[in-house]
Formats: sequence, structure tokens, C-alpha cells
Amino acid sequence: MSLELRGITKRFGPLTANDAIDLTVGDGEIHAILGENGAGKSTLMNVVYGLLQPDEGSISVDGKEIKIESPLDALAAGIGMVHQHFMLIPVFTVAENIVLGHEKTKRLGILDLESARKEILRVSAEYNFEIDPDALVENLPVGLQQRVEIIRALIYDAKVLILDEPTAVLTPQETDELLRNMKKLKAKGTSIVFITHKLREVKEAADKITIIRRGKVVGTASPSASQEELASLMVGRPVSLDVDKNPAKLGGVTLAVSNLTISDHTGRSLVKNVSFEVRAGEILAVAGVQGNGQSELAESIVGLQEHVTGKIELEGKDITKASVRDALHAGIAFVPESREEDGLISSFSIEENLILDLHDLPPYAKGPVISQSVVSTQAEKLVKEFDIRAQSAKDSASSLSGGNKQKVVLARELSRPVKLVVASQPTRGLDVGSIEFVHERIITERDAGRAVLLFSTELDEVSSLADRIAVMYRGEFIAIVPADTSREELGLLMAGVKR
Amino acid sequence: MKLKKLLLPALSFGMALFASGMLVAFSDSKVLALKGQPLEMLQKAFATAGGAYWALFRGSIFDPQLAQDRFIEGFYPFSETLVAATPLILTGLSVALAFKAGLFNIGAQGQFIAGAIGASWVGFSFELPVVIHTLAAMAAAIIFSGFYGGLVGLLKARTGAHEVIVTIMLNYVAAYFLLWLLSTTAFLRPGRQDPLAPEVRESAQLPHLFGEDLRANLGFFIALAAAGAIWWLLNRSTWGFRFRAVGANSAASKTAGISVARVTTSVMFIAGALAGLGGAMQILGSEPAMTAGIGGSFGFDAITVALLARANPIGTVFAALLFGALRAGGLTMQASTETPLDLVLVIQALVVLFIAAPALIKAIFRLKNVETGEAVASKGWNG
Repeated sequence: MSLELRGITKRFGPLTANDAIDLTVGDGEIHAILGENGAGKSTLMNVVYGLLQPDEGSISVDGKEIKIESPLDALAAGIGMVHQHFMLIPVFTVAENIVLGHEKTKRLGILDLESARKEILRVSAEYNFEIDPDALVENLPVGLQQRVEIIRALIYDAKVLILDEPTAVLTPQETDELLRNMKKLKAKGTSIVFITHKLREVKEAADKITIIRRGKVVGTASPSASQEELASLMVGRPVSLDVDKNPAKLGGVTLAVSNLTISDHTGRSLVKNVSFEVRAGEILAVAGVQGNGQSELAESIVGLQEHVTGKIELEGKDITKASVRDALHAGIAFVPESREEDGLISSFSIEENLILDLHDLPPYAKGPVISQSVVSTQAEKLVKEFDIRAQSAKDSASSLSGGNKQKVVLARELSRPVKLVVASQPTRGLDVGSIEFVHERIITERDAGRAVLLFSTELDEVSSLADRIAVMYRGEFIAIVPADTSREELGLLMAGVKR
Repeated sequence: MKLKKLLLPALSFGMALFASGMLVAFSDSKVLALKGQPLEMLQKAFATAGGAYWALFRGSIFDPQLAQDRFIEGFYPFSETLVAATPLILTGLSVALAFKAGLFNIGAQGQFIAGAIGASWVGFSFELPVVIHTLAAMAAAIIFSGFYGGLVGLLKARTGAHEVIVTIMLNYVAAYFLLWLLSTTAFLRPGRQDPLAPEVRESAQLPHLFGEDLRANLGFFIALAAAGAIWWLLNRSTWGFRFRAVGANSAASKTAGISVARVTTSVMFIAGALAGLGGAMQILGSEPAMTAGIGGSFGFDAITVALLARANPIGTVFAALLFGALRAGGLTMQASTETPLDLVLVIQALVVLFIAAPALIKAIFRLKNVETGEAVASKGWNG
């Protein structure tokens, strides 16, 4: 089945998210849509799936123009979608999730799960998906949950399958598995629209590539194009994907963590008996699939976790029980995982966000009074130094793009005297330009003799920045390995397989 | 820019007056009696609504009849408006400040009573020189109610107990504690059976502004000063910065090293003190003998006032004046036009309804690009 979009335009107020987009997905083709965060990929797919209505343009399936006003219309037309965040109910079984919204009943209104169960087993066997229809979804690993979503689309007869950033939550092994499955689906005649911003995956799986930038199609490419070419098309200027860095000049031990255990309020341990050191002038990157205790470990170092045992020392000083303020002022810069929730106050101005931590100290405050002129001058300086693109430092932080928000956080955290930088997923959701900036800045801090503890789920980021890599799995450091460890080996470690 | 911001509240007020006018007119039996003659009916309706609003004006701003003997007497209604607005400004500030810090203070009522008790006690049981006595009574009110509010903050900071529940319950505690207190020998006026405390001494009472006949007193200016102080606190001081930061995003504030627990406790202390100062103004200014009903509905109307003002301290003054005027004028309206006082409450409710739903006003008037401002109570239950 082929899918054709013509002149799709979608506006949100003054913003044109999709600007006259043309796209043709051929029969049995894997068509990658490549673009940065905010380029309009998801908007486009939500239009196709009937979640949004386009302002202009038309959609045709097999040459026949159709109207898609809801996901039900899309399903009826043979279009299925697997969302970035799965639409599954964790406490339901696979079969229950799959019949959801299409429940068939036997006599007396009894739910007929048997036919669904059979269908699931059939599709699962056909593609070798190994899905048990009676398993509870919450007990399945993320990769399998994704397969449940795919099975659901297939059972409802999807001929075109839209995958929205499907690899964001997967381990490298699971990613490879998914890419293989996509090829299997293609071989059986299913067309796939594959939305991503990861160049490696595009090159590996796609037959055709359409690149979207700022809501417009800026070009098409074949998978034989180099990663640099694709990246430049995506960003709109030449990009260097390599991080330049000199060998580490190691200093003394800055951060020493020993036997650290963190539990949640129910007493379940999230981080188990972790010990490591970070020395001045090196980057220790903590790799791992999301949700293996990285967030808690990062937060515990600045005192944001409550149930912590063990010891955290900064240059020999015990900061295990220090308040957040004391930890920050002892010389830790903290870039939290969620900019929007923990990094910034979006209704505050950029200026105010830049002094969240220092607002009551001179020179920003004289006694109990905030000295507005000092705040403004300092903000101007930081805006320039960190290249924060805003009309004015008095604008609210919510008006900034993701990259500029992160620059505000970095600017604030690095404006104190710093010995240790703890950065949690510092480039998540950022555009390529901002990623470059953040990477350079992290290297600069390292070269200036600071210790850096970097948490990242992006293997490419880990490999290019780290001096040593720690892999975290189910709350433990499963291994600490050199920076040149192969992708495959890291992938196995992330899945909990020890050598 | 400034004018644009006022457009929405003005339209809301206009809409509320219009809707209430309709209600006044078409609930009047004389208007309804003219059912058969649409033209006459409309005329009568206009006359009725107009008459009611004229009475409202006479009751709240200026009464030409009273002004005939002595011009200043004509402002008696305005003086009543100020008297009614004074405690509302302070309780309104209490709720508004808490809003700014992300807390929903339903407890202004109880804090108001705590303050009234403090002011009354110091007012009638001590003998002190003039200015000092007033200040001592105010200080007692601030301390009593400050701790009464601060307790809520402390409980929230320490145990996570939600301030909405705690303040609602403490309102009951305050009201019944007052009732009990007024039955004790310490507070019951000698020779009385009904709950009535002795009058506070002259030395503690606030001086009247326009002569003895008009009740308007210095309390109004104290309330204005408090509004100015809270504005300064919120917008210029390091404390206010923290208050606003925690109110806007407590997670980010915590991550930046601000102690949310300390902010919660101190905000509730100050909020309590403001409401309690309101109670003191009532006792020292216009109602020197404390009764069981001293709290009236000042603490609850305060929520509406703060919402109307979008938690802005200066806006709170104007919102409280509006409510004071409606309260003072409502009585005259009832007396001279047979419009029930309840309709004044309906007007109040409609004003707030239209203000709280800016989208509604925008839709009615097809406004575009008018700042609606942040919805102040959008945080709701789990804020």
C-alpha cells in the first residue's frame, strides 16, 4: 500500500509546524523521516494518524484521496502507529491491551479474549516476536512492549506502520532487533514510516530518507549518504560529529562515592552499593538504559535524595548529609535530567533563572534586597558567554527553545566556583547545534581541571565524551570500562550481561 | 499595555453588572406583572435595575440626601466602604501571598479570629499609653495569628499534611475556641450572659479619619501600607524571590538549593499574620467589642478577593474596595428598593465568575491578543 501526502500544512497560532509538506511512501518501503526535535515530524505523523487536522493539504492511500478525522479512520484506511510513549495499560495483559477499544463479546456480554489470543499467537509466530498473550504488560521489557504495540497495529490490518522515535527507549541490542523486525515486516509487504533523529539507524534500515527542517521538507537522500551529509541537511549547516578532545590530564580525586545505597520511600533500593571515584580533569560517563538508577544516583550527589546510606565525599569533605544548597556551594554544578521540571522556572525571566541559586548572596543581594542592576548586568554577560538566543534577558524562560533553556541552566550552574560537574542527560531533546555547544562546554570544564560525572543513555555521546565509562544496570555499576570499549560490549553490559 | 491589562477585569465587571441587572429586574414582581406589554415591561425593567444600582451607589460612595445638612456627611457611605474594605484588604493579602508561593490558604478566617482575640485581649485588659497600646494590640494579633498560620506551614513542611485540609479544620478550631473563650471569666463582659467581650480601651482604638461621625479609621491606611509592604516583599526582596520561585516551580527551586520547607513555613506565618492584622483592624477600628461573630465572612471573601486580584497585592486593594462597596451598598439597596441583599452576593459571585474565566469574556467579546495572565488557582488540590 502506498501513502501520499500533498501540501500538508499545519499551524499552531503563529507557528507553522508543517509547511506544505509533500511525502510519498511507496509500497513495502521503509521511509525514514529525519529531523531535529521540533522540526515537525511528530506533528506530521499525528496529522496522518488523525490526531490532528491539517489546515491545508490532502492525504491519499493507493492513489485515492481520503479524509482522516480520527485514529479510527486511520486504522480503517490501513494506517497504524506506534507512539514514542506507548499507549498500553501496564496492569492489563497483552491480550487485554490489544482488544482494548475493539472488544468483542460472546453471549451475555462476556469478553471474548480467546480469538484475540489466537490472533496474537499467529502474528507473533509469523514474525518470531515471542509474545505471550497472557503476560502482564508491566512485566515485559520495553522492547517487548513495543512489539505488543506493533502486533496491535498488525492485527488491525495496518499496511502502513508509523513508528515515532521507536528507538529512544531501547538498548542497542533491542534497537538492532527492532531494525531487523522492520525489515521482516517490509519483506511481507508492510510499508513503514520511521521517524527518528538518529543517523546511524536511518542509514541501516531506511530505503528512502526525507529530511525535515523547521516544518519544511529540505531534501531527500539515499541511505548511502554519509552521516555528515545527513546531519548538515538536518541542521542546515556543516556539522562536525566528532568531539575534539585532548588526552585527560588527571588530577587528584574530586568525588569519592563509597557503598552508596538509595531507596525509595517504600524501602525498595534503587541504587545498590555503588562505589566509584571521579578525578579532577576526567569525564566519567555513566551509561545505561533509562530507569536503572541513574537519575537517583545523580540527584543523591547534590542531596536531592532522602534515603541514602554510604558516603559521598567532595575533595575529602563528607557531603552525604549536606543540604542541596550546601552541596551546590561546596562546588558542584548540577544539570538536572529534566530541564523543564527541575532545571528552570519557566514563568520566571531568564535573569531570574540565572540567579535561582545565588539570589541572596552578594553581589546579587544587598541584605534582604535584590539588586536589580547587578542581576541585569550579570545576566547580559552570561547570555553573551553562553550564546543564549533570546530577545531580552527579561523574557520568560518558557519562550526559549530547548537548547537555549539548557544553556541557561549551564550558565547558572557554571557561574559558581565549581570543582565537580554532575550532568544528567544534558543533551536530551536538543538540536544538533546545541548538542555541539553542550559537548564543547563539558570538555572545556574537564580541561580546566574539573571532574565531570556525566549520565547519558546515548551511547554515541558516552563514547565520544568519556574518559572512562561506568555501566549501570538495575541500580548497580555492573562494570567500569575504558572509553574505547566497543558498542556491542557496552550494549551487552547495558542489558546486564557480564563478561 | 497597562490599559490592556485592565480591559479584561473591566469587561468582567461590566458583564457581571449587566447580568445582575437582568436578574434584579426580572425577579421583580412589578416587572413580571407587565408580561403582556413587552415595551412597558422593558421600561420597567430598566427603571428597576437602574434604581437598584443607584441605591447601591448611594450606599457605598456618596449620598446626596445625607450631604444636604453637612457636605461631609454625604460621604458616610464611602466611609462605610472603607471600613468594610479594610479587613478584606488584609485577609485578601494573606490569601494572595500564599497563592504566590503555591499555597492555598483557606484559613484566613481562623487566622483573622486568632488576631481578633489577641487584639481584643490586649485592648481591654491592659492600660497603656495611646500609641503604644494600639501597637501592642496589633503585635499581639500578629503573633497569635502568625503562629496559627505558621503551624500550618510547619505541618506541611514536616509531614506533608495538605494546607487546604489543615486550614479548613483550623477555621473550626478558631471559631469554637472563640465561642468558648467568650464564656470564660477572662473574656466575658461582666454582667453579660451572651458571648460578648469588653470593649477595647479608648487608648487602643484607631483614630477616625473624618471626624467621629464617620467610622473610617486609620486601619485603612495600615492596610494600604501592608499591601505596599507585601508588594515590596514579593518583588524586591530575596525572601519574595524565594516565595515566588517555590510557588512557580518547587522542584526547580529545590534543585537550585532553596529550602522549600522553610519557605512554606515562613509564607504561612506571614499569611497568618496578615489575616490576624485584619482581625485587629476590625477590633481596634470599627467593632471594639468582640462577639462570636467577629469573623463574619472576611476570611472566605478573602479568597474571592485574592482571585479577583490575581494574587497581586495592589490589585487586592482594589478588589477589596469593590467588595467593601458592594457590602456597604447592598444594605442600602435592600432598604430602599426591596432588592434582597442576596442579589449583592450574586453580583459578587458573577464578578468573580467572569474574572476567573477570562476565556469566557474573551469569547463573548471576541477579544484577541489580550493577556489573560496566569490562572492563579490552576494548581489545585495537589499544588
